[in-house]
Amino acid sequence: MTRTLISHAQLRRGRGRVIYWTLLTVVVVGFTLVFLGPLYWMVTGALKSGQEIAQTPPTLFPRDPQPQNYVDAWTQLDLAKLLFNTFYYAAGAVLFQLVFDTAAAYALSKLRPAFGNVILGAMLATLMIPAMVLIVPQYQTVIDLPVLDLSLIDSPFAIWLPMVANAFNIFLLKRFFDSIPEEIMAAAFVDGATPLRTLWSIILPMSRPILGVVSIFAVTAVWKDFLWPLLVMPHPETRTISVGIYAFAAGTPQNVVVAASVIAALPTVVIFLIFQRNIMSGLTAGSLKG
Amino acid sequence: MTAPAPVKAEAGVSPKSRRKIRDNLTGHAFLIGAVLCFALFMWYPMIRGLVMSFQRTRRGVTTWVGWDNYLRIIDDPSFWIAWKNTFYFTGLALIVGFAVPFFVAIVLNEFRHAKGYLRVLVYLPVMLPPASALFLFKYYAYDPSEAGLFNAVLTWLHLPTSEWMQSPTMTMPAMVIASTWMNMGGAVLIYLASLQNISGDLYEAAELDGAGVWKRIWHVTIPQTRLILALLAMMQIVATMQLFIEPLILANGAGTQDSATSVAYLIYQHGFFQNDLNGAAALGVIMLVVLAAFSAVYLRLSTKD
Repeated sequence: MTRTLISHAQLRRGRGRVIYWTLLTVVVVGFTLVFLGPLYWMVTGALKSGQEIAQTPPTLFPRDPQPQNYVDAWTQLDLAKLLFNTFYYAAGAVLFQLVFDTAAAYALSKLRPAFGNVILGAMLATLMIPAMVLIVPQYQTVIDLPVLDLSLIDSPFAIWLPMVANAFNIFLLKRFFDSIPEEIMAAAFVDGATPLRTLWSIILPMSRPILGVVSIFAVTAVWKDFLWPLLVMPHPETRTISVGIYAFAAGTPQNVVVAASVIAALPTVVIFLIFQRNIMSGLTAGSLKG
Repeated sequence: MTAPAPVKAEAGVSPKSRRKIRDNLTGHAFLIGAVLCFALFMWYPMIRGLVMSFQRTRRGVTTWVGWDNYLRIIDDPSFWIAWKNTFYFTGLALIVGFAVPFFVAIVLNEFRHAKGYLRVLVYLPVMLPPASALFLFKYYAYDPSEAGLFNAVLTWLHLPTSEWMQSPTMTMPAMVIASTWMNMGGAVLIYLASLQNISGDLYEAAELDGAGVWKRIWHVTIPQTRLILALLAMMQIVATMQLFIEPLILANGAGTQDSATSVAYLIYQHGFFQNDLNGAAALGVIMLVVLAAFSAVYLRLSTKD
């Protein structure tokens, strides 16, 4: 291990050792309280009755657990429907992004057609435009697609197609493909493989890690997105889970809303705990060496 | 296997250029899906937004109105309140949300134990849907009575309690706390990765020169990570200027005495509640210009020395 701010020797001896262990304990306890504490509060709070949650001082454990709150959340807000919708949009987003963004990144990295760099530049330029600035004209586009004269409101394509226009993903994929040696491509062409076949049987199998990262990002992006689905999926039947909870919040008891929020958060938390290594490495790789 | 004829064919210009055209077509065929999506949902809306901001659509009839939308938007008293609030939030979030993750990363980088656990903890809130996390803050943490989580902790510490979202002066700090908790994980991970790239020799040399821990942070850590620090500060400012979901959920939009109205919330209000998409488009263009001007000044300053 390379040395950091403070040397190993200093940490292992006398006063340094005491300070190190004290600080480590304080940070571990502090972080657990700050980052897990609110989550514990959320899960157990939603188990309390309306009276217990309004009581001072608040109770650390629910005195009389009410799993009924979670059941109410599930049935009153029709969470099964909302979860299914969100899964469906997320799965489609992964598929569309993998197909179109991978193909585009492959073309820009390996096939390099005329004006490829201009197109890449125009794509990367969109990273400079804050999302909020485009929300109104994007909405206008979706309610009345140019040329086709068609409305995508309440159609899953209103989520899937705009997700393809993700310059960050194309940049990540292209950078990964750039690192695949040119000789492999040349060898495949000499063997008579078409560009599609080269992509499918040579490039993609080598790119599994980055495809995983892109897929996880797509799922979490759909799961966390709020304003866009609020606008383009207005019908109660097509809502995503975040939007559904928000739409019901006003007329629902607080504990039931929080119980629904817990259920809504479960899928992304589970995905994170399973894939944390890939997520964190993808995140840092993507942002560091740009 | 032998190579297909065209690869080695040097027979003349014509087959070669025909092959070039064919290669280009193949390349563009791979690009077409993504390019169409960018064209429809990014490039076209960029132009459309600008055009819309100079038009007005009433009962299906669209006319050019010059700067009318801009004047109407600026004339609205909430315009200035929203900008004031947005700048206040951005500034506060920068002080808290920028310094805290950096120091957290520096401390985490020194630990030889529990590093993976701490990293997972810090990033966990980032994975929650913002709506979920904000309902937790709204109902449980920022409950203005002493039953609320924060007030209970403050009472336990014998500190004065707060009315949080009910109090116009606490609204912004409360939103900054919630937003920092939800988002700081990303910054911590990026700082950690950049700290690991600092060569140990630099610390070694600084220590031999008699530099203490703080001096080493100031003279080695910060200069070595300056580029990432500058980039992340920039990204954070652009993100916080688009403050939207925090006021929408925590403060029901405008908040007590307009203390939460943000520019992004105003865009949403004009566009989707006041039936004024043209005004909303104009406000979007103003936001873009402010952010672009800000970025330009920032880039000038941060690349100067």
